[in-house]
Amino acid sequence: MSSLNKKQGDTSSDQRPNASDEDALVVRDLTKRYGETVALDGVDLTVSDGEFVSVVGPSGCGKSTLLRVLSGLEERFDGRAAVDGEDVRDGGSDGVGMVFQEPRLLPWADVSENVAVGLPADVDADDPKAATRIDDLIETVGLSGFEDHRPGGLSGGMAQRVSLARGLAYDPAVLLLDEPFSALDQLTKYEQQDNLLDVWEARETTIVLVTHDIEEAAYLSDRVVVLGGQPGRVVETIDVDVARPREQTDDELVAVRERITDALGV
Amino acid sequence: MATTGRTYTIGGTGLPNVERFRWLLGLVVPAALVVIWHLSVTVGIFAPHQLPEPLRVVTTFYGMAVSGELWGHIAITIQRVFLGVIIGVAVGIVFGTLTGYYRLASDLFDPLFQSMKNIPSLAWVPLFLLWFGIGESAKVLLIAVGAFFPVYLNLSTGIAGVSEDLLEVAAVYDLGRIEELRRVILPAALPSLLVGIRGGVGLAWMFVVAAELIAASQGIGFLLSDGRTLSRPDIIIGSILLFAFLGNLSDLGVKEVEKRVVTQ
Repeated sequence: MSSLNKKQGDTSSDQRPNASDEDALVVRDLTKRYGETVALDGVDLTVSDGEFVSVVGPSGCGKSTLLRVLSGLEERFDGRAAVDGEDVRDGGSDGVGMVFQEPRLLPWADVSENVAVGLPADVDADDPKAATRIDDLIETVGLSGFEDHRPGGLSGGMAQRVSLARGLAYDPAVLLLDEPFSALDQLTKYEQQDNLLDVWEARETTIVLVTHDIEEAAYLSDRVVVLGGQPGRVVETIDVDVARPREQTDDELVAVRERITDALGV
Repeated sequence: MATTGRTYTIGGTGLPNVERFRWLLGLVVPAALVVIWHLSVTVGIFAPHQLPEPLRVVTTFYGMAVSGELWGHIAITIQRVFLGVIIGVAVGIVFGTLTGYYRLASDLFDPLFQSMKNIPSLAWVPLFLLWFGIGESAKVLLIAVGAFFPVYLNLSTGIAGVSEDLLEVAAVYDLGRIEELRRVILPAALPSLLVGIRGGVGLAWMFVVAAELIAASQGIGFLLSDGRTLSRPDIIIGSILLFAFLGNLSDLGVKEVEKRVVTQ
């Protein structure tokens, strides 16, 4: 089973020798150390334009660190990480939006203002078009009617959806999501997963999702990258060749989930 | 569940009536003190030339209010405090923002300000008189020095303490320095700034006494020293009470602003 997985993994785009700078995201031999601790060790990852890739792995495998590097928050690392051909240390991270694990909203600003934080710098926030865009996004994440509410009055799940809308407002070349649905109840989670897929298809955004939810990774992704810890390195890359729209109960998805589980060594 | 609901309802309607008048309790002890004060003078424990009756203080100041003399003193003192606070707060905001935001500015200025904040207000007076004469500018600038430090110290620490999580959000969404300051850092530091302004206004009242006691021909502080020269304890006590009243009033004002601005 394991060797079969390995073989299929080898055929994935990650190992393509001709991965070019035209890919939305290229990571080569990425190594990140915090002092003596090696968080990421020689990670390779290529994400094509419009692709939906999930990164799964046990806690402490460096999943979040990977996103922090890609979003430009960690500027000291070895190897290469580029967005649309531009190194994340030289402005490549400008094209990256990120939904953090915690909502990280401005407590003094209402929902609309918080979503507006994500508007790109060249969009005038006072423009009626910008206001419409924000209203649309708030509707997309199912928070219509809460525009004037402050984060203090929202549940954790609602706050996280505001954070998602903020990330979408940025309209990034690559949207990074750090376990965005982990705090939601099951029903809201399914809803938001489908919302995310709708937005992804409509806007053709490139998405990298970090999650520890195997079901979620299989259901949403074109490709699942399994990180093993510690230090974090890519154990396996699994293509999810299942036609969309998918059902959580698809046999093929169940098979994919098993492969992810095997790769994680659970 | 039903029981808790009911208990809550009773508490909800019953408590506010009591709570509303709770502040009156704070008047009990001062009122008692005034009565004791009055009795101790009439009984003869204190000589009237050292401690006048409460009513004496009231009639003296009522007379000054009617003649119009009092208002001039109050007005000039308020004006000095107001101008001093404006200048002190403005300079405090500038330096507090700079040192809170830029590491280099903090390294350069913070040690200096930290060591200057402990200089007593009275120590500045001779120097300011020498530099600026006995005119208004000396007093206003002295008060500004007093108002500056709390604003500077609180804002600087407030800005330096803005949550790293929110700064990362600003970084990821490329807000840029100005927008980051406007939308994230200053709102986050606003509560600290208001605490600083409250402290600044408080110190401004301390500094205005220092300035007026020594070099003024008008103002409540002048009234205070005049009362000593004329051996008029009623004027001295009245002036002290006036300072207490105005100081409290300004503190309440800033507190009210604080309450309205910081509503999270």
